Amino acid sequence: MSSSVLPVQGTMFHSPPVRAEEVVRVVAGQSAAPVLELSGIGKRFQGIVALRDVGFAVRPGEVMALLGENGAGKSTLVKILTGIHQPDEGTIALDGKPVSFATPQAAMQAGITAVHQETVMFEELTVAENICIGRQPLCGIPPRIDWRRIEAEAEQLFARLEVDLPVRARVKDLSVAQRHFVEIARALSQRAQVVIMDEPTAALSQREIRELYRIIGQLRAAGTAVIFISHKFDEIFAVADRYTVLRDGRFIAAGALADITESQLVALMVGREVGQVFPRHLEQSNDRQASMPEANDAILEVENFCHPTEFHDVSFSLRRGEIIGFYGLVGAGRSELMQALFGLSPAARGKVRIDGRTISIQSPAQAIAHGIAYVPEDRQHQGVLLSLPIFQNITLPILSGIGFFLRRHRRREIAIARRLSEQLELKAAHFHQHVAQLSGGNQQKVVLAKWLATNPRVIILDEPTKGIDIGSKAAVHRFISDLVEQGLSVILVSSELPEVMGMADRIIVMHQGTVQRVFDRDEATPELLVAAASGSGHQHEDQDQDQDKTGAVPCH
Amino acid sequence: MSLNQNSGPAPGPGPGRPPLFSRLSGLASRPREPLLAVLIAALILLVGLRAPAFLTMRSMDNLLTDSALPVMLALTQMLVIVTRGIDLSVASNLALSGMMSALLAMHFPQLPIGLVIACALCIGLALGLINGWLIGYLSLPPIVVTLGSMSVYRGLVFVLSGGAWVSSRNMPADFIAFPLGRLMGLTHLVWLAALAIVVLWFVARHTRFGRDLYAIGNDPVAAGYVGIASPQRLFWTYGLSGAMAGLCGYLWVARYAVAYTEIAYGFELTVIAACVIGGISIAGGVGNISGAVLGALFLAVINNALPMVQISPFWQSALTGLVILSAVIINARGEKKRNKQILPLHFHTELRATAAPVTRTPA
Amino acid sequence: MNIMADTAPVKTARYDIGERGSFRIADLLRQWEFLLGLLLVAVFCINCLLLPHFLDFYNLADSTFNFSEKALIALPMALLIICREIDISVSAVIALSSVAMGVANHYGVPAVGLFVVGIGTGTLCGLLNGLLVTRFALPSIVVTIGSMSLFRGLASVVLGDQAFTNYPELLSDWGQGYFFDVLPRPFAVLIVAALAFAALLHCTAWGRRIYAIGNNPVAARFSGIAVDRYRLMLFVLTGAMAGLAGCLLTGRIGSTRPNIALGWELEIITVVILGGVSIAGGAGTIGGVLLAVLTLGMVTYGLALANIPGIIMTIVVGALLLTTIAVPRLLRGKATR
Repeated sequence: MSSSVLPVQGTMFHSPPVRAEEVVRVVAGQSAAPVLELSGIGKRFQGIVALRDVGFAVRPGEVMALLGENGAGKSTLVKILTGIHQPDEGTIALDGKPVSFATPQAAMQAGITAVHQETVMFEELTVAENICIGRQPLCGIPPRIDWRRIEAEAEQLFARLEVDLPVRARVKDLSVAQRHFVEIARALSQRAQVVIMDEPTAALSQREIRELYRIIGQLRAAGTAVIFISHKFDEIFAVADRYTVLRDGRFIAAGALADITESQLVALMVGREVGQVFPRHLEQSNDRQASMPEANDAILEVENFCHPTEFHDVSFSLRRGEIIGFYGLVGAGRSELMQALFGLSPAARGKVRIDGRTISIQSPAQAIAHGIAYVPEDRQHQGVLLSLPIFQNITLPILSGIGFFLRRHRRREIAIARRLSEQLELKAAHFHQHVAQLSGGNQQKVVLAKWLATNPRVIILDEPTKGIDIGSKAAVHRFISDLVEQGLSVILVSSELPEVMGMADRIIVMHQGTVQRVFDRDEATPELLVAAASGSGHQHEDQDQDQDKTGAVPCH
Repeated sequence: MSLNQNSGPAPGPGPGRPPLFSRLSGLASRPREPLLAVLIAALILLVGLRAPAFLTMRSMDNLLTDSALPVMLALTQMLVIVTRGIDLSVASNLALSGMMSALLAMHFPQLPIGLVIACALCIGLALGLINGWLIGYLSLPPIVVTLGSMSVYRGLVFVLSGGAWVSSRNMPADFIAFPLGRLMGLTHLVWLAALAIVVLWFVARHTRFGRDLYAIGNDPVAAGYVGIASPQRLFWTYGLSGAMAGLCGYLWVARYAVAYTEIAYGFELTVIAACVIGGISIAGGVGNISGAVLGALFLAVINNALPMVQISPFWQSALTGLVILSAVIINARGEKKRNKQILPLHFHTELRATAAPVTRTPA
Repeated sequence: MNIMADTAPVKTARYDIGERGSFRIADLLRQWEFLLGLLLVAVFCINCLLLPHFLDFYNLADSTFNFSEKALIALPMALLIICREIDISVSAVIALSSVAMGVANHYGVPAVGLFVVGIGTGTLCGLLNGLLVTRFALPSIVVTIGSMSLFRGLASVVLGDQAFTNYPELLSDWGQGYFFDVLPRPFAVLIVAALAFAALLHCTAWGRRIYAIGNNPVAARFSGIAVDRYRLMLFVLTGAMAGLAGCLLTGRIGSTRPNIALGWELEIITVVILGGVSIAGGAGTIGGVLLAVLTLGMVTYGLALANIPGIIMTIVVGALLLTTIAVPRLLRGKATR
């Protein structure tokens, strides 16, 4: 576990001083003038600095990797480049001329497009139409849309990309990879000069990733500049020429990838020596396990759990006081599995045992009654109720335990909310404050408080540190250790290698709906985990099934 | 990670679905419109078997003429529903425009009929643009806005007419004659409906305006991001709906040769029902011109067929209700589960396309 | 937690969270219910000034007959809209309940039984709506448009072109009678119902869950709330209240005609929205709905006293609806889209 990118406990509240020798300025290259040049970009959101004095340059035909941890400012930068936000300071120059984008459309017209993890598509419209929506070519008298030309252009684009996609297909029937290709085709058709790719490989299989590399090569050959955002170093080294590192909203370093190693990059991203001290509980749990081997009976056992379309044949058991990590790529079926365990999927089938007793969970209320809590990944849509006060959010699952006439028990409600808020160090003005007014980290704490209020025995955390800045991440990890010390068992779904390797006692890797391998703490290495998550442990490369089509396996 | 951010995991309505459902689902996933056309033809034949008088030229001509107005209104209502909106004010708009054109003709009988029709159209357009401004530029929820304007317009009919009826005695001859006048064997109503179908099919399928409406209905936020001027599009969509209501207002009062406060009362729900039957999803983004036409035609067939087979006209409403419910059930099985309500356009979720969520700062 | 990165590191910092925010007059003034209250007072005063017989107590009491039945349905409708659903079929449910009562009366069912028939019919209608919406996951607006046609159609099939009359006295006692010779019975029923609904919505766990569902149905479901069960119950409740309103209305009118309660659904929805219930769900109070009911009732009554035809009322209501939603938006500047 040498290449962790998580900060050492105790230092995340201070940004380490930027040492002079760390700042590596870009050496002027001998190739063409940059097509996109940023300098001095700054952005604040209500007093919180998201970006400060960021600058870099990208040349035509170059692939630049934009690196940084979650919260480093990459997504803010992307939003500025695509016109969603405007920078408070600094300049953007396109082809040497200063530009500013008041709207996303302006950025698109200027030639900057982005391919996001979740694609911006019009589901019911066809592929060809999605590519040219808003600017369809016209022909004839009376001027009407030239469908033939639109379809021909789309076919040409796909031929150029060497991708086989029916241009008349509706986007809603496409897989994630195919949607990415449509977005890239759209970028090409807009004669984009700069294409930003934000974690494009998150949901792709190995074969699709290779196709993506090929397409990036084509973009490069056509003179398009590509800004490539990714967490995966093998991809970065495979496809990118140069790198730019951001940390805490600041530009840290840039240069050619040929001149740097992965660990040096990690050091730049993290700002300190690599080396990881993870929460204490693991040492304690090792001691615990060594001294009381018999006490580790299973609290939760899952047998042959399956769902018609999302996952099949999943079996595992969770021991008391254990943390199991579920690792995998986007689309592996982990969240679906957890939601089914929590009673949200009536179509799921299988055996679930708690404390040895077989139970059936048909609804979240039943799961809660059995002591299972599920903290969802999508905080905004699945976790909090934004327009309700904090205390109402926290007590929502336990209302029946408080009393029917809630008005009379208001004091008790507030007391429960207060106890949990103190435990989680929630920062808010008052308990009647709407959750929408809290910061993201605090909103996550409200969600955690809500689930702790149900006194669970098993708590499932689905990507708990996603989208949270570095400072809060460690706090969440500490919190998870505290949970285990209090006697809870934790299932941790995470797509971040260091997190899952650092926190979990055992790691279950899923790929396209099945359990690939189960690793013990000491036998897990990043390479093994990534390989299992990509499915290359088994020879699945030829069966590139769409996510929707895993229902080939019957589920009774 | 669940890709359906809004709706959680695999949505399923209930634990056990009857086997009829799987057959219905199969039905639904095939294109709707040919099925509907076959159904209409079958219905006509069935009725014809019971009452051969139904299959005569005269009866078919009647049917077509009767279906012209619902068809025309359903066409523009379809465009509105496609944008995730709804226009409840069409019937009141129709009444107001019709009354105004009747009063105009009554007081100025020498005006050429073309001018009167144009006036009705313009009045309807203006009324529709009021809706369009409130919904498009002020981003108010369409259902509430059109509920309010529906009441106002209906009341204005009374104010304008003083509660009095304008009857055929007060109307000039050419005013009344136009809708049922014949051209090459078919009434002007039918020709107008045909013209409307062609024009609106062109708009929906072959103009940027029309395609933008589908984009707005699919994803209002993304539509903004690709540069579609949603406020302006919505403004004119409701204007179009109003203009059609205005035209139909003249046609209605002229055809039935009477204008009073309660004409077309409740007709907006018939029009919406026609759209729903025709496969236009209330969630927006989906729908065909042919669907709207066939839906309206279907309702017209039921209306016309019932007296022919001696089913009391009192059954008409109940049958219509059953048809609507069946259509909705079949509709829903065929489409992916999406937002179920006619939500205000601006209550949308955050753009999904933004990159990994930044820490949310206090609003 | 962003804040923490910029402040001095205090690992175990405890934040003092107050119980509730400070009370500010400005917040009170911005509440919808407060503004409605002001409007009610204004209408009251205007009517007093302009109309000589307005302040007559008995007249005022009588005026409540006009809106009590509608208000009875506005109560559960408010809950439905808070839950992001809607029910367009309520007037048709009234019609069907009334017809069912007429048929039962025709077959000699005793007076009390008529109430059971009326409310029971309404409950069954609501059950149908609820099942279609929850079991088949259908949008409530089109389901209730369809069921509206169905119910009114069934009512007119049974009724034909006649009318049911000759209802027993108990019905008219409740529909047009008084308690203690002064308080109209329907109004009393409304007050009781309003208190019950207000208690339900604002003081109980059920009400809390209803707000949660309206606020974010997905998160509510994830938090263990049986969303579909609540929706079903609300549709059933709406049907039952429509049935009850049908009983009272039939008693008041004394007959059942095909056009009974025609157009009521849109009036009811209008009054609910005027009462501050947002069409987007998750917000609104029973108090606001009652204030809206009283305000509109008073306006109607004033117009009737001034011999202005009732249709003018529709203009007033429509204009009121449009201004109340448009003005805040205009004042705030165009909404961010």
